[in-house]
Amino acid sequence: MSANTAVAEKYRNNFLKEIEEQVEMGDWVKMCMQCGVCSGSCPTNFQSAWDHPPQELFMMIRAGKREEVLTSSSMWNCTSCYNCIVRCPRKIPITHIMHGLAEYAHRIGMAPKMQATRFFSGLFWKNATHTGRVNELKLSLGLYFKDGFVQGVKNGMAMQSVALGLVKAGRLNVLELFGGHKCKDQKGIHAMLAKAYEIERVRKAAKMAG
Amino acid sequence: MTEHVATNETILVVGGGISGMTAALEAAETGKNVVLVEKNPALGGRTSQLYRYFPKLCHPTCGLEINLRRLKGNPRVRVLTLAEVSGIEGSTGNYTVSVKVKPRYVNENCTACGECERAVETMVDDPFNYNLGQHKAAFLPNAMAYPQRFVLDPSIIGTPDADKAKAACKYGAIDLDMKEETIEVKAGAVIWATGWQPYDAAKIQPYGYGRYKNVITSVEFERLSDIHGPTGGKILRPSDGKEAKNVAFIQCAGSRDENHLRHCSRICCMASLKQTHYVREKFPDGGKSTIYYIDIRAIDRFEDFYQKVQADPTVTFIKSKVAKVTEDENGNPVCHGVDTEGYKRYTTAHDLVVLAVGMEPSVKGINIPGHIASDSSGFIEADPANGAVFGAGCATNALDVNRAVQSATAAALRAIQVVNKVAKAEA
Repeated sequence: MSANTAVAEKYRNNFLKEIEEQVEMGDWVKMCMQCGVCSGSCPTNFQSAWDHPPQELFMMIRAGKREEVLTSSSMWNCTSCYNCIVRCPRKIPITHIMHGLAEYAHRIGMAPKMQATRFFSGLFWKNATHTGRVNELKLSLGLYFKDGFVQGVKNGMAMQSVALGLVKAGRLNVLELFGGHKCKDQKGIHAMLAKAYEIERVRKAAKMAG
Repeated sequence: MTEHVATNETILVVGGGISGMTAALEAAETGKNVVLVEKNPALGGRTSQLYRYFPKLCHPTCGLEINLRRLKGNPRVRVLTLAEVSGIEGSTGNYTVSVKVKPRYVNENCTACGECERAVETMVDDPFNYNLGQHKAAFLPNAMAYPQRFVLDPSIIGTPDADKAKAACKYGAIDLDMKEETIEVKAGAVIWATGWQPYDAAKIQPYGYGRYKNVITSVEFERLSDIHGPTGGKILRPSDGKEAKNVAFIQCAGSRDENHLRHCSRICCMASLKQTHYVREKFPDGGKSTIYYIDIRAIDRFEDFYQKVQADPTVTFIKSKVAKVTEDENGNPVCHGVDTEGYKRYTTAHDLVVLAVGMEPSVKGINIPGHIASDSSGFIEADPANGAVFGAGCATNALDVNRAVQSATAAALRAIQVVNKVAKAEA
């Protein structure tokens, strides 16, 4: 049984309970009174980029629309500006819930695979943990070539003037493509991360089981 | 006027608005002696500042007139205006209350002829009109003022204007030597009816009150609509005096908001529904109201009032808490948000935005002398620890006029029971 089918079985017909138990700050979802001030305060233009503004997501959770919520790209578009939290009359930690939803959808393998924010987050993590330092050149190239070689070249050409400007200003070193700078104690970093992974694995396993 | 005899069979009522007047009269009409303390120069409170009441849309002068007639005909109520309670000592059946009385500089000889007002030149802000306009520094507080007697603003005392006022008075009513005094009043029970204040709209930062002239509060809108108000009853917007035909009402401005007031202020939905009538009445052609709301709470039995407004084609309802208000190049306030029925963004300009501000209890943040239990919003709660200090009206909850009167009558009955016990013990 996959992680998804296991939890779906456990919380059959009670998606709100699933969110409350599994999503960080999920127990706040029921406090929403659908005033709409979060959506109205959101700086991202969700009507072209997002499927569902926050208070619609919260209503969908209460309506049990599990598939639509967890596969949605909406929560991945949150820029953490905190406008919604500041203005929410119920003091609901909306930003945290958006990230909590994204994390949960990712954890059980429901998140949209090629959603740009999710893809970039994975890329960034791999990049930063590999040598202990972020290699910005490799990171941006990785993102450019996300949708294939042809698209990658197109993206690179479009950003050409910016890249040249950065090189001239000494903010980008093309030699970074070959190795790049590293942190001194790479072994130590990897050991530390291994320990953190283990702690997180145990915690999440307990949460999924509990 | 501050000379009087009060005993521990007296009931002291603090606040001379609709609740305090009601409590004082109900108690006095059962034969009790009452001292009524009001901090403003005239009775009537916020009720007298309304243009009309809901649901019948009659003028508040009507209800006040009945109460003022009862008051004039009842020698058992002593009214102290410009007076504030500064301390309460003692316990049930035996309180000593300190009352600070500010000078009015006008005595009982005043006939309200208005000669002093014509003589004085200095203008001061008019709090009765929420400072939307100014009046002379010698003034009658409002058209219905009780006592019907002028007041001199303290700022002109010691200036030539004060002497001009004195010279103009034919009745010897102006006494420039009056001083602030503190008197002690004995009382068996105290009714605390200090009412409410509109929530400070400037604290709701995204709505721009204080930054944009054409964003006003619901209480200010009442004054704009009133014939005795600063615009003579014309709904003109503050920035340029243009007729405000397209008015937006933003509900829950402060209320039901953990960042501002936790409670539902209960009256604001009805107040805005009522105010859409003002827009239609003043602009029979082209008047337009838009109500932005979370959900309409037409309290009690007023659902039919709501349904009638819903059927009005000049009124639009948008289910959305407005996220922010900005101003366009013509000085029009612009509402931004998302209509939760269909999740559509809107950016809509209006002539005027009216914030339906919440009710904050007047006792909040003020040190009521003595121990008083209050709830998380600051409203007085009924608690045995309060002794014989009873809350009444909007000091106890967010209430409309009707419910405030009921609450005041209940408080009067509790106070009467206390002084009856005192009387029995002493007989």
